[in-house]
Amino acid sequence: MSTLVNQRGEKVKTRDAYGEVLPRIGEKDEDVVVLTADLAGSTRTKYFAEEFPERFFNVGITEANMMGMAAGLAMEGKKPFVSTFAIFATGKPWEQIRQTIAYQSAPVRIVATHAGLTVGEDGASHQILEDISLMRVLPNMKVIVPADSVQTKAVIERVGKDLSGPVYVRLARAGFPVVYEDCDFEIGKAEVLKQGSDLTIFATGLMVANSLDAAEELESQGVSAEVVNVSTIKPLDVDTVLGSVKKTGRALTVEEHNVIGGLGSAISEAVSERHPVPLKRIGVEDRFGESGSAYELIDHFGLTADRIAEEGESLLDGEL
Amino acid sequence: MDTNTLKKKANKLRADVLQAVTNANSGHPGGALGMADVWSVLHYKYLNDRPDQPRWEDRDRFILSNGHTCPLLYAVLADKGYFDREELDHLRELGALLQGHPSTAKGTPGVEFSSGSLGHGLSFSAGVALAGKLDGQKYKTYCSVSDAECQEGQTWEAAGVASHKKLGNLCAIVDYNDSQIDGKVSDIQDVAPIRDKWESFGWSVIEIDGHDYDQIDGALRQFNRSDDPDGIPTVIISHNVIGKGVSFMEDDYKWHHGALTPEQLEQALSELGVS
Repeated sequence: MSTLVNQRGEKVKTRDAYGEVLPRIGEKDEDVVVLTADLAGSTRTKYFAEEFPERFFNVGITEANMMGMAAGLAMEGKKPFVSTFAIFATGKPWEQIRQTIAYQSAPVRIVATHAGLTVGEDGASHQILEDISLMRVLPNMKVIVPADSVQTKAVIERVGKDLSGPVYVRLARAGFPVVYEDCDFEIGKAEVLKQGSDLTIFATGLMVANSLDAAEELESQGVSAEVVNVSTIKPLDVDTVLGSVKKTGRALTVEEHNVIGGLGSAISEAVSERHPVPLKRIGVEDRFGESGSAYELIDHFGLTADRIAEEGESLLDGEL
Repeated sequence: MDTNTLKKKANKLRADVLQAVTNANSGHPGGALGMADVWSVLHYKYLNDRPDQPRWEDRDRFILSNGHTCPLLYAVLADKGYFDREELDHLRELGALLQGHPSTAKGTPGVEFSSGSLGHGLSFSAGVALAGKLDGQKYKTYCSVSDAECQEGQTWEAAGVASHKKLGNLCAIVDYNDSQIDGKVSDIQDVAPIRDKWESFGWSVIEIDGHDYDQIDGALRQFNRSDDPDGIPTVIISHNVIGKGVSFMEDDYKWHHGALTPEQLEQALSELGVS
């Protein structure tokens, strides 16, 4: 059973958690190898490199090649972790991932950092808002978006064990509010973090913290919102999703991603086919990002707790 | 196996390719015919494998990057007994073990890599070779690459990384037949000077006439002699003739793909001395 923190402390970077836990996994399992494309520092894989240089491969800026090499290593029984920025881990080598990793069901761990708007100042070229969509559409691929640093550690520990196929883990550059005290993570399991009866907020990544805050705001206005952390977007925990909407009858989805193809789409597909309810997707409205600081951008693109609460109220008022 | 037997094997492989492609009424016979001599020496004399144990740990790995030439791979695997020869008659059919392009997902015994999209195989091979090095295994990794695949940027990403990471257990074999779908490689987007390119990427280059058995044997012997775990990778640039062995197919890029008519097949088989 997971437990949540009582009080929000300092923000912690999910990539820092990754960098911390990866060498501990490598210590226990000699099959773990790590590849990066000239981003050992930014992805925090450098800590693994310092401890296990013989199992760390910086292949330079050859992302397409890196995915192919990782597939070869995985097919030979190694446990490759491949890390670069999310744009270069999904967009640039998408076809290599399709052909050599997904099609072959090669258990490659693609752990990407710097996803979403919170890349910040680097701007739209680096702020991929399409990666969940790109990975979700691939057969055999699993897609995981940890909510915070605590869940990141649990996710990395899990995917460091045996896997039957590939997995995409989406991490970020900026610090996230810590929501978990302890996290009990299982692939394919969504977690109800707060019970409610009037509507369900399905959130992923950074938006879990903001949704919990939004639920508190709603509570003070007499609205009971359920918050579900959908950390595994594929395979989607359809039972938990449907169980919740059957109870609440309304759904909001919230993600730091294009509203097309990501969490909102996944929930919509499940809900509209099996138990249709009024549903609103919150995310980036089919556009590119821009420069700014991480949380200025979250505000600018309407991904704050206030906005989520407002949309929740509109949903209850029937204003879609 | 002596050279005469290997030559006969090569022609039998060619015949199997043409028969299978004609049956399927589609596929890519030309490149396959051009590579048959090199493959005959490689697969019957040098490659250390166990057809009854396709995933035997110590086997040499053979990775086909130019996946469209897979009828030749299927012919070799069938002849070695990886699967029943009858499978060749069902190439490209719905549910067939022998897919239009090689598929590990389909579980075809002896197929190491799902190819079809050009430029991917050398990176995968580098990963396989690296895994062998990490585990101190003795196996060699061979990767078949086409000349036109040397137009793909990823081939050169892989070439650079393989030499920098000292993958001396890796051997690329380039099918240099100057042919691709739309015409001659040298007309469309030349890859020359190909020797200089590979050398400048840090590879040991051996250039051969891919139909001269002494040269083929010499090249493979040279690679197999090198046993330095921190050596540099080897590339064998094999000058091949597309459609080799069948008069009306030789040196004509149009046979990159396309099935033969029954009459053409009959003539081809008779020229190959296989009935």
